[in-house]
Amino acid sequence: MSNLGYAVSDTLVLAKRNFLRIPRAPDLLLAFTVQPLMFVLLFAYVFGGAIATPGHSYIDFLIPGILVQTMSFGGFVTALGIAEDLKKGLIDRFRSLPMSRAAVLSGRTLADIATNVIQITVMLVVGVIIGFGFSTSFLEVVAGLLILLLFGYAFSWVFAFIGLTSSSPEAAQSLGFIVIFPLSFVSSAFVPPETMPAALQWFAEWNPFSIVVDALRALFIGDPAGNSVWGAVAWSLGIAIVFAFLAVWKYKRAVVR
Amino acid sequence: MPAEAAIEARGLRKAYGSVEALKGVDLAAPAGTVLGLLGPNGAGKTTAVRILTTLLPADGGSARVAGVDVRTEAPLLRSRIGLAGQYAAVDENLTGYENLEMVGRLYHLPKGQPRERAKRLLESFELADAGDRLVRTYSGGMRRRLDLAAALVAEPPVLFLDEPTTGLDPRSRLTLWETIEARVAEGTTVLLTTQYLDEADRLADRISVIDHGLVIAEGSSDELKDQLGGESLEVTLEEEAATEAAIAALASLCAAEPRRDDGVLRIPVAQRRGAVAEAVRRLGEAGVGIDDISMRRPTLDDVFLELTGHAAEAEDEEEEVTSR
Repeated sequence: MSNLGYAVSDTLVLAKRNFLRIPRAPDLLLAFTVQPLMFVLLFAYVFGGAIATPGHSYIDFLIPGILVQTMSFGGFVTALGIAEDLKKGLIDRFRSLPMSRAAVLSGRTLADIATNVIQITVMLVVGVIIGFGFSTSFLEVVAGLLILLLFGYAFSWVFAFIGLTSSSPEAAQSLGFIVIFPLSFVSSAFVPPETMPAALQWFAEWNPFSIVVDALRALFIGDPAGNSVWGAVAWSLGIAIVFAFLAVWKYKRAVVR
Repeated sequence: MPAEAAIEARGLRKAYGSVEALKGVDLAAPAGTVLGLLGPNGAGKTTAVRILTTLLPADGGSARVAGVDVRTEAPLLRSRIGLAGQYAAVDENLTGYENLEMVGRLYHLPKGQPRERAKRLLESFELADAGDRLVRTYSGGMRRRLDLAAALVAEPPVLFLDEPTTGLDPRSRLTLWETIEARVAEGTTVLLTTQYLDEADRLADRISVIDHGLVIAEGSSDELKDQLGGESLEVTLEEEAATEAAIAALASLCAAEPRRDDGVLRIPVAQRRGAVAEAVRRLGEAGVGIDDISMRRPTLDDVFLELTGHAAEAEDEEEEVTSR
């Protein structure tokens, strides 16, 4: 078999390993699904009343934002899993095998798509229960979901890199929060950026989170799309490529701590 | 067997920042033998293994394993080695069988073989009954056995075992030793690091004693012990006050200066045969009471103490942390 063939088959072997983990050790996935759910309830019922979202109910405004944040929370499972593998010497074992150097990570991120699908489903069901509704065509909704999954896939690579860079699973978690909090909150996910001070507004408008959120609002609830849909795809691909490169580079130098 | 050594390292050097983990280490293991790398924690054992298994680039020196250069032919090398580390590097959320099958597939074994080898290894490691259970339900000993089994899936010609029995109960240790011996009997070359002297004594054909990043002694277990001189007669006297009288009585048996440790008299003897009987007779004639008397060879513990100035299991945690 060619190197590329092995890269694909090794990736599938590792993806299977991570798929099997989902039902067998659902604790992490559960925790990082409940967290965004709490944000939904917090924003919908505690802060939401004080946030003006012209043209939409706050629930309709919120759900696309929360979905994007959920994708980034899903990444924690990746970071913690990889930090754990590193700590337990599994990464050493894999690195001593004649397998593809990218497969541990590409297998993990591939399996993450499954966890992301689970999280999106849970979030949409809860969203619909509390009053969210799509106001666009079926194809637009599907396109939105695909963009969401692509963005989630890109973030799996970001978190794979974080997991490999951190000195422990605990550090991976803290580092993850430091990255995710400003990105997800200083964005258009929860409040319209126009209400923010100028500097934050500038950040929020360039923040890829906002661009993906705007794309989802266009495809789910019919907001004007502008360049956001193509912007979201471009950002996601860009992030995936850059961080895939960084993560594999880091993996080759990984050391047990 | 090819004449070439299965493991050969020359002048391996590695530093972590200002800490020199290896300061020029030479190692050699002919095919089909066990090389024991003996040393306290932090001596550089794990660093050497990591270099030889391509996990870590050396700063200097060269190494060949299974006929392949560690630096320039790493991908090929990885298909010829198995590694079992200090931690049981197995996936807790897979079953024993799934772990072995996964490793087999990652070694790119021909179709069907990963499955067959996984089953066979589970049998031979007494894990067949537990094969379909998740590894997180396994005991420590079972995990180690599974870890070793994973290193053997591809039947590699060279095996690296980094402290394979640290933290195991005596029975599990014995089982693991027997398994390793069986592989060696089939021609596998093993590099074994350990801080247990009995383990090195039992398994290793040659031992390299490593301390502070340098090989400070090399040889078979017997050769190392012989460096400390031959056998000695150990006499425990009924009364310590009689020590001088005892030394005088045994003077003609002494091959070297007698030593006194904790009330035990150690008399290096030139000849083992008849030494005990002769000593008993002389001490009896001199009226010195004997509590206990025996012949004793130096143990590897003695060798280790002599060479490194500290006991084998002395903790030296600080360096070990930086060496990983």
